[in-house]
Amino acid sequence: MNEALAQLPPLVANHVLLSAAALGLALLIGLPLGIAASRRPALGTVALGAAGLVQTIPGLALLALFYPLLLAVSALVGGRIPALGFLPALLALTLYALLPILRNVVAGLRGIDPAVRQAADAIGMTAWQRLRLVEAPLAAPVAMAGIRTAAVWTIGAATLATTVGYPSLGNPIFAGLQTEAWTLVLAGCIAAALLAIVTDVLLGVIEHGIARRQRGRVIAALIAVVAGVALACAPLLATRARTVTVGAKNFSEQYILARLIGKRLEAAGYHVAYREGLGSAVAFRALSSGDIDVYVDYSGTLWTGAMARRDVKPRAAMLAEITRWMAAGPKTRLVGPLGFENAYALAMRPGAGIVSLADLAVRAPRLTLGADLEFLDRPEWRAIRDAYSLHFRATRAYSPTFMYRALASGQADVISAFSSDGRIAADHLVVLSDPREAMPHYDALLLVSPARAGDARFLAAISPLVNRIPVEAMRTANYMVDRDSGKASPEAAAAWLAAKIDAQ
Amino acid sequence: MRLSTDSPTDAPWLAFEKVTLRYDGVSAIDTLSLKIAGGCFLALVGESGSGKSTLLRLVNRLEVPQEGYVFINERDISGMDPIRLRRGIGYVFQNVGLFPHMTVAENIAIVPRIAGGEPVDVAAALQRVGLPPSFADRFPAMLSGGEQQRVGIARALAGGGKMLLMDEPFGALDPVTRDRLGRTCRALHDELGLTTILVTHDMAEALLLADRVVVLAQGQIVADATPRQMLCGGAGPEADALVRVPREQAARLAELAR
Repeated sequence: MNEALAQLPPLVANHVLLSAAALGLALLIGLPLGIAASRRPALGTVALGAAGLVQTIPGLALLALFYPLLLAVSALVGGRIPALGFLPALLALTLYALLPILRNVVAGLRGIDPAVRQAADAIGMTAWQRLRLVEAPLAAPVAMAGIRTAAVWTIGAATLATTVGYPSLGNPIFAGLQTEAWTLVLAGCIAAALLAIVTDVLLGVIEHGIARRQRGRVIAALIAVVAGVALACAPLLATRARTVTVGAKNFSEQYILARLIGKRLEAAGYHVAYREGLGSAVAFRALSSGDIDVYVDYSGTLWTGAMARRDVKPRAAMLAEITRWMAAGPKTRLVGPLGFENAYALAMRPGAGIVSLADLAVRAPRLTLGADLEFLDRPEWRAIRDAYSLHFRATRAYSPTFMYRALASGQADVISAFSSDGRIAADHLVVLSDPREAMPHYDALLLVSPARAGDARFLAAISPLVNRIPVEAMRTANYMVDRDSGKASPEAAAAWLAAKIDAQ
Repeated sequence: MRLSTDSPTDAPWLAFEKVTLRYDGVSAIDTLSLKIAGGCFLALVGESGSGKSTLLRLVNRLEVPQEGYVFINERDISGMDPIRLRRGIGYVFQNVGLFPHMTVAENIAIVPRIAGGEPVDVAAALQRVGLPPSFADRFPAMLSGGEQQRVGIARALAGGGKMLLMDEPFGALDPVTRDRLGRTCRALHDELGLTTILVTHDMAEALLLADRVVVLAQGQIVADATPRQMLCGGAGPEADALVRVPREQAARLAELAR
């Protein structure tokens, strides 16, 4: 629990910074747009319709949409617009916050008695005086209620920024969900909820203060809001110096390896930040663009994904080609393999009499395949499906942890497992062999960004990990995190793995 | 532009010259010409839709005519800055239009405030319309309809202008309040030396308060006379018809009392 709490302050800081920036930007757009929309009914219909449409897109989907959008824009201007991290999160949350602000500003202004507006004109107010002295104060209580709603929504939705690689209170929630560390999930949820409640209360004081014309309360609450944002963001200033970012995809092994790498970098004097829960394609792009400095990927993933290769080559030839391809194309660097493979394999409960994919092909039409969230969209699945003509009765997607549960409970008969997964040995699962060698190798590879490719100090800190992690050690470390009872945190598993490496 | 002067005799002249205003091709004001002398209390009478409110709104450029000219002190108002023009003209509405988020004092003080002028003496402004100084800190919602309209009149006069436009100011009030407020307005007109235009559909009110009564129908003047001329007949059939109503009511009341 203490461990979970210790990592919160920088996450709260980033969470508050993102939420405040998104709300600020939404106000900057929403207030003038709302004023214009209240005066031109046609514009009001269009603006409110568009904002309402955005609101129907699930938050996660909206964030996901900005990634390809920003990539395209970045390619268009040939510049380096970051497609991951702060920018996509900011844009998505701003759009999300726009509707309640816009709707309430328009409602507040339209609710003003026409006689009052006419009186303002007749006594000779300029348009600006009318807005400032009459319309703004009269619409303010309604508008403030909308701002309050927007603030609470934004703080909640900001947890999703984790998925596009921006650290937020979603980090412990997503990491905890993957590793079934419920204290982490709770820590993230409670912290986000507290933030939302405190913000709601403060903005509520402002709202009532405006409605009852209590200037003192409004100013006091405003000061509290500004001071709160500044206080929450303070940890960001403290950790600005020489920060490097370690990336991790969304499963236990990646969380453990990220900590293992991070601890070595900290020992070498770097401040380390983590971007966790990245998807496969996102992770490599994040490395190429320098959004993350280092992470672990797998040769087969790069081969079929980023390199778009369809052939299968022996291990050594594959590594040599990946090294060449990286130096020539994305300028990233392959530091070396870690020494184990985490290959995709199909696994089953024992006792079915199926030992190979060839056996499985015959029985598959009566069986259900449980896959992780990305397996069914991956070229590996297409490769074995086509090589063995696999057709299942049904396929279902699960997060990795729940996938093993589904296999154990009989909801799935076959799952897409990983060869380094500790649960294979623990659950006595049968890993189906691949006699036609349709699947490429999945050596765990240590990769660094273009900026770190020639950074001797950085490379010296992490290269001792090359070829030092046998698959048994990795399985054990993974199982420490993944098992149902007495589970360890990724940090603890990484520490165990580090000790194991040093003892060799 | 100076609409305000110290001498009552300097109250502004107003002239409409062949003014036409159309909404969607339909004439609200139809080639209307009218001259109003400085210091005159003029009542504009007519049925709903006759164009009397529109004519009032043409004076401070809340409406702009398609044809013709409006002059104040022989200056064409189409060449004036509408904001400065409006600050020099008091305007009172039937539905008052006090700013609900401001106190009575703030509602009155807003007029010089927006013009960047000298702060107004709120107590004196309230006294002028017959309200005690204790009303200064109240909000409009705490006042009766008649009290609200008194504040509306105080606000209209706070700019110090010598022209007062009133658009059915007593329309929503009970008869007793209405009568009392009408007299207050006439007294203020005389005391401050104003040029006043009162729009009303009540002929009796027009006859009792005004120096001159103009009857409008379909955007044109159908009668223009002093109250005495109107009551004596000879101001035209439309005026006669309007005068007949209160007169017959009075006769019937007299009958009842007998």
